[in-house]
Amino acid sequence: MSEFEPEIIAFCCHYCAYTAADLAGSMRINYPPNVKIVKLLCTGKVDVLYLLKAFQAGADGVYVAGCLEGECHFLEGNLRAKKRVERTKMILEEIGIGGERVEMYNLSAAEGIRFAEIAKEMTERIRNLGPNPIKGGVGRKE
Amino acid sequence: MIVAERKPFNEILAMVEPFEKILVIGCKTCVTVCSAGGEKEVGILSASLDMARKKEGKGIEIKEVTLERQCDPEYLEQIRGYVGEYQAILSMACGAGVQFMAETYKEKPVYPTLNTKFIGVALEQGVWSERCAGCGDCVLDKTGGICPIARCSKSLLNGPCGGSVNGKCEIDSEVECGWQLIYDRLKALGQLDKLEEIIPVKDWSSSRDGGPRRIVREDLRL
Repeated sequence: MSEFEPEIIAFCCHYCAYTAADLAGSMRINYPPNVKIVKLLCTGKVDVLYLLKAFQAGADGVYVAGCLEGECHFLEGNLRAKKRVERTKMILEEIGIGGERVEMYNLSAAEGIRFAEIAKEMTERIRNLGPNPIKGGVGRKE
Repeated sequence: MIVAERKPFNEILAMVEPFEKILVIGCKTCVTVCSAGGEKEVGILSASLDMARKKEGKGIEIKEVTLERQCDPEYLEQIRGYVGEYQAILSMACGAGVQFMAETYKEKPVYPTLNTKFIGVALEQGVWSERCAGCGDCVLDKTGGICPIARCSKSLLNGPCGGSVNGKCEIDSEVECGWQLIYDRLKALGQLDKLEEIIPVKDWSSSRDGGPRRIVREDLRL
């Protein structure tokens, strides 16, 4: 298990998580290189299919990071994303991949430190779960 | 629209168990609108099947297609060129589409992926409700535009029954009494006198009791 480095995709909102990631960089805070960011204008753009396709393409974990609840730039995009993440959890359970491999997070643009914490938290979680079972035990390629 | 719901995943996975190369075919009409069998749902089911099979260590090749309709022959013809390359078809259409697909491609096993539920409306995004039972002899003119066949649990033609309590049906306190709705609507329209008229026993031969139904319009035939 010590060899396994998970591949994680983070769908980040432009108005919060993506800016927080930028801030983390400006603050010279380290976060695991396992996380690859896909920037969205709002997490309301997240679709169940996006999340599933990420797993189908070999991601070991996926998370969606949107604005704090009640503070979405588009009012309720993050609340919609939350429901879609829940639906994806259900589908992943059904197909035997495991619903805990996908998660929804909320943070503000000022939370660079929190962004790094989330990245570490998710990387640890997926490292403990092991590789996406569809890949036959292969983790992140260096 | 015809409202349908996806079958449980494991049921579908079991159907495709013997196959290695399949077509998953959606329908762009009713089941797209009710988010059960359109292009997106074809993508979700195909991705799910692909991952479940990879996990089992026996991959499956899936081609995703979404036809304009599966209840018209010209659209079903669009897959004829390559259908032979696949071992089975998973249809994401309503029961009519699945059957028409099976009739068109007799040599190919065709499986349903949806449970067809009812003819209904979208009350709001994500919520659908039954409105028509397709009885073949509409009585909405007599009942204020509210169908006693589809909306009354007993399909009474002269309701309500004694099970109507505070506007709700005895089968479930969440279900509205169809005849209470009819009464309220006729009252609002100033047509309560219509309730004086006894609706006679319905001829159910225009419904399912008359066997499979068919309409022929000679003026339209080619």
